[in-house]
This record gives sequence, C-alpha cells and structure tokens, in this order.
Amino acid sequence: MKCNDEIVDLMHEYLDEEIDPANEMILREHLKGCKECETLFNEFRKTIAVVKGTSKMQAPPDFTAKVMASLPKEKKKVGMQRWLRNHPLIAAASLFLVLMMGSVLSTWNQEREFSVSKQENLVVQNNTVIVPEGEVVKGDVIVRNGELKIEGEVQGDVTVINGEKYLASAGHVTGQIEEVNEVFDWIWYHMKKTAFDVIDIFNESEE
Amino acid sequence: MEALIKKRIKQVIKGDQDAFADIVEIYSNSIFQLGYRMLGNRHEAEDIAQEAFIRAYVNIKSFNQDLKFSTWLFRIATNLCIDRIRKKKPDYYLDAEVSGTDGLTMYSQLSSNSPLPENELESLELHETVQKEILKLPEKYRSVIVLKYMEELSLNEISEILDMPLGTVKTRIHRGREALRQQLRYV
Repeated sequence: MKCNDEIVDLMHEYLDEEIDPANEMILREHLKGCKECETLFNEFRKTIAVVKGTSKMQAPPDFTAKVMASLPKEKKKVGMQRWLRNHPLIAAASLFLVLMMGSVLSTWNQEREFSVSKQENLVVQNNTVIVPEGEVVKGDVIVRNGELKIEGEVQGDVTVINGEKYLASAGHVTGQIEEVNEVFDWIWYHMKKTAFDVIDIFNESEE
Repeated sequence: MEALIKKRIKQVIKGDQDAFADIVEIYSNSIFQLGYRMLGNRHEAEDIAQEAFIRAYVNIKSFNQDLKFSTWLFRIATNLCIDRIRKKKPDYYLDAEVSGTDGLTMYSQLSSNSPLPENELESLELHETVQKEILKLPEKYRSVIVLKYMEELSLNEISEILDMPLGTVKTRIHRGREALRQQLRYV
C-alpha cells in the first residue's frame, strides 16, 4: 500500500521545519517518483495552509475592561500614589500641609521644656511661676510646661501653654488669659499668633 | 514590545493595577482565540480568557521575569482550557477504542473514505469547518495543533507551555496533523 513510514517521518520533519538538507534531498527525490507520497505530502501542506488561514479571532471589545473590573482590589497605598501623581497641585498642597504640620508639631515637641517670659519680678520655684502678691508685672506673661500662680497683678496678657494657672482672689490680669493644652489648641494658637503678627506688620508699615 | 511588557510587569508587581491593562490588551486576542479554538464557543472562550488573566495577575509575583511572559500566560490559559475540557463529558475521543472491537480506534472509523458530505461543506464557511475538525481532535492533539498553527508558536515554546518534552510535542503534532489531513484534504 503506502511507502514506508520513513518517508512519512521525513514529511513531518519537513513540516516541522526541522529537516536537514540531506534528508530533504531524499524526500524530494522520493516525491518525484512516487505519486502516492506526493499526494499525501500535498494534502498535509494544504491542511496546514487551511488551518493557518483560519481567520484570527478578536476578543470582545469590552474584554480588557471586564478583566480589569474583576481583578482583586489593589492596595490602598498604590492607589493613593497614583492619585497624587494624577493631581500634582493637590499633591503639592498636601505635601506642604504635611510639612507645615510636621514643623508645628516638632516645635510642640521641642518646647516640652519649662520656660517663662522674662520679667524681673516673676518668682520661679521649680516649674511654678509666681506673680508675687503686691507686685505688678508689666507686659505679657507666657509660661510653657509649668504652672502659673497669680497673686499680684499682670498688666498684659497671660498665656499658659501645657500647664495650669491659678488666679488667686487678690490676683489681677489686665489683658486676656489663655490656656493652651492640646496639640490642636497649640496649632490654633500658632495660627492666631502668625495672623496677628502679620496684621502687626501691616499696622506697623501703615504707621 | 517585550521591553514594554517587562516594564508593565514590574509596575504591576509594585502594586500598580492599572499597568495590567496594557498586558491584557496586548494578549487578549490570542488568549481569547486559544479559548475559542480549544472550547468551541465564544462564551466559554471569554470566560476562560478572563480567568487566565486574573490568575496571571494574582500570581504575577511567582512569574520568573527572565522568562518570556507570553509562554507563562499561555501555560496558564492552556491548563485552564484542558481542565475545562476534561470536566466536560467527553463525547468521544479518536483515541478511545471502539467498544466490541479489538484495538480499533475512532481513527479507523473516520478514515479516508468518509470525507464530510459535500452539501455540508458548501453550507459551512471554511473556517467553521476547520474549527469543527479541530474540536473533534482529542484534547492532547488539539492543544498542540492550536498552539502551533493558530497561535503560531514554536515547538520549543509549546514544549515549555505544556511542560512536556519536545519529542512528545512533535509526536502529538504529527498525529494531530494526520487526523486533520484525513478530514480536511477535500476542502
């Protein structure tokens, strides 16, 4: 019936594009003289051409969108990073805010140590500042991280940051009294101070 | 192209999900086609292609970046198709022995003197005929033929995708080719 399997194997080698030149010669010579094998060989080639020629498939148009929608949710961190990349102005503003907050907070942390504004007649005992009875302290008094006892008179504002003040019955403050204890109060205080400083600058320049 | 893929993969590994869209876009047609040729209908093809991409995304960290991404993706997709085919009730396999015969397989039943009826050929588009014949192939021949002639991959790539020796790939291609020849030679 058919020619030996060796020739069919050579055909497959040829179709796999792996035949060496010597074998290709053998195959070609054989095909010239053998109608049956030539037909078989042509059928193979035609079959491959037909299969290869089958039109290419296109995925549905919304395929990528569907895949992307069904992916597990990504980590928030990256979403945030991309959002920042896509909104550079807001990103810059946020960065600025973060830095501002950082500097204000670090000021807050740095200023953990006890300090008091310098007025001659203030008495300091450990972390307690005393406005002695009968004394008149001129100017604003600021106490950080300590207590303030007012037994005399203060002619100006009193500010106690991160501490407490005691106003004795005989004590008297002519200006405003302010206590700042929490970080947010502190920030608020800073903002107000900055704003007032700015206004002062304007006032001074007007004068 | 390979450089773009590599870049996108790095972005995806860092956690940037959007970078995966380009990867899907580039390979969607070939993976969809693989599914269609293996399973025979668009619905299942889309289903399996989606799953292949999702799996690739989830397992992207286990992808060895020194290798070709397409090979890895095709491996995922081909395995999904093969699993799906195996879960379906097999109609018949050419390899299976016909009951009540001694060593006679479906190949012999289908042999040369039973080409498709002429009116059927006329009514079907050529590619539908081809598709039909490919679906008739047992899964192990179908996968190599689809990868070789429809996805136009090299024998070495196919051997990597299917994780089998080159020799086995060749044998299967030869058998698949022979089965197709018998069916398609009068087309």
